[in-house]
Amino acid sequence: MNDPTITLKVTRYRPEHDSAPSAQIYTVPYRQDWVVLDALNYIKDKIDGTLTFRWSCRMGVCGSCGMMVNGVPKLTCAAFLRDYYPHGIQVEPLKNFPIIRDLVIDMSDFMQKLRSVKPWIIRETEKPLSEGEYLQTPEELEAYKQFSMCINCMLCYAACPVYGLEPTFLGPAAIALGYRYNLDSRDQGRKERQPIIASHEGIWECTFVSECTVVCPKDVDPAAAIQRSKVNTTLDWFKSVLLPWGER
Amino acid sequence: MNAPTAEKARLYYPKMPVTWWLRNLRYFLFMMRELSSVFIAIFLVVFLVQIAALARGPEAYTTFMRKLESPGWIIFHVVALLFALYHSYTWFDLTSKVQVVRLGGRQVPPPRVTAVNIGLWLVLSLVILLLFLFA
Amino acid sequence: MTARKTSEPFWWALFSAGGVVAAFLVPIHLFLHGIAVPLGWVSADVTSYERMRALFGHQLVKIYLFVLIALPLYHWAHRFRFTLYDLGLKDLRTPIAILCYGAAVIGTVATVWVLLLV
Repeated sequence: MNDPTITLKVTRYRPEHDSAPSAQIYTVPYRQDWVVLDALNYIKDKIDGTLTFRWSCRMGVCGSCGMMVNGVPKLTCAAFLRDYYPHGIQVEPLKNFPIIRDLVIDMSDFMQKLRSVKPWIIRETEKPLSEGEYLQTPEELEAYKQFSMCINCMLCYAACPVYGLEPTFLGPAAIALGYRYNLDSRDQGRKERQPIIASHEGIWECTFVSECTVVCPKDVDPAAAIQRSKVNTTLDWFKSVLLPWGER
Repeated sequence: MNAPTAEKARLYYPKMPVTWWLRNLRYFLFMMRELSSVFIAIFLVVFLVQIAALARGPEAYTTFMRKLESPGWIIFHVVALLFALYHSYTWFDLTSKVQVVRLGGRQVPPPRVTAVNIGLWLVLSLVILLLFLFA
Repeated sequence: MTARKTSEPFWWALFSAGGVVAAFLVPIHLFLHGIAVPLGWVSADVTSYERMRALFGHQLVKIYLFVLIALPLYHWAHRFRFTLYDLGLKDLRTPIAILCYGAAVIGTVATVWVLLLV
């Protein structure tokens, strides 16, 4: 056989009869333009139909295919085989999450945290429909746009050692998304989000490791969002202590 | 046919080892950055003890200064200096990414802010050096 | 609803202030007092007891020394507290926090006391 091949070492976990995950080796064709997701789909189509994993858009916008590739959280649709060839590639489920089966993790914790920061425009006063839409200047959009690029892929949670050690930590994406809405000129909901974001399990757990920013495929920079939230929460705190009559 | 009873499949909960920071270079450098605060604190305590010796009188001061000349303490201070410099560099680098600096309506790029901070640090260090030697 | 409930912002502010002081001022002092002077790189006129006593006894210098020594202790306390958490000691949260900030407070008191004696 002259066609080049590449080896994948993939985590298997079948809760019906496994007590712990184990690794299974597969050999797949090596193609210049293939990504790890293509290799996984080849395995599922041609070698082992029982292999279970999540994927959808295969172009880096849905956030479904996040896995550990050689120990690094990556979107498998964006991890090219050619960057690893001829060495083998280890594919594991996203770190710091409970494993349901094979490469599929339980994301209910993240979903609950995402909901808790109320990632939608909150208004104290609604404009009547007759007054038209909320207008926003390009500068106002710039203020939060970077943080709106999050695709909820959870690579940042896999990268964050604080989340790995303490699952109650709100986490990078949730805080960055809360921050995105706080910065939105149309939003009036910061007060509602602060009890969650500025809590012990929120921004104050973060020790600025910054790995979340390193692995983010959309350049959201959640670490910056968290630190900036620390700065403005601290300024608020001092204002409320030194100028208590300023409240209400 | 009655509704299928879903047997709650056993989730596997991976454990995070306390040696997680040895996994990659960035985690390791993070730990070193955190560790730098320990060396800085120890130096400041030693420095305070030096000032206390100064307050106690010439004999106490001379005895203490002689202790600082030992190879062990010199090595400690060299190591501590390396950690302190690492703290300074990472501090300027990180704060420039966190604190957005605006000049004339445009954001100053973080690397430039870092460079200005480093320049300021050099100037301050020189001023302190000159004051220590000549004031 | 304010973020008043938790005192974390206060300690983080001290951590930041201490970090700034440590970043800008500690390296040169480390070099001077820990390396240059003990290795004899500085002339005896500068390091003599009388001169050092006069220099560190000056009111303004004392205030500077207080800032230089006390603030970074809070930087250490906050950072070390979270380092212990990051090393897996999260079950001992409260005792660790008390020990770390307590040590910084003790250090602050000791600094004031020593500087008053000079």
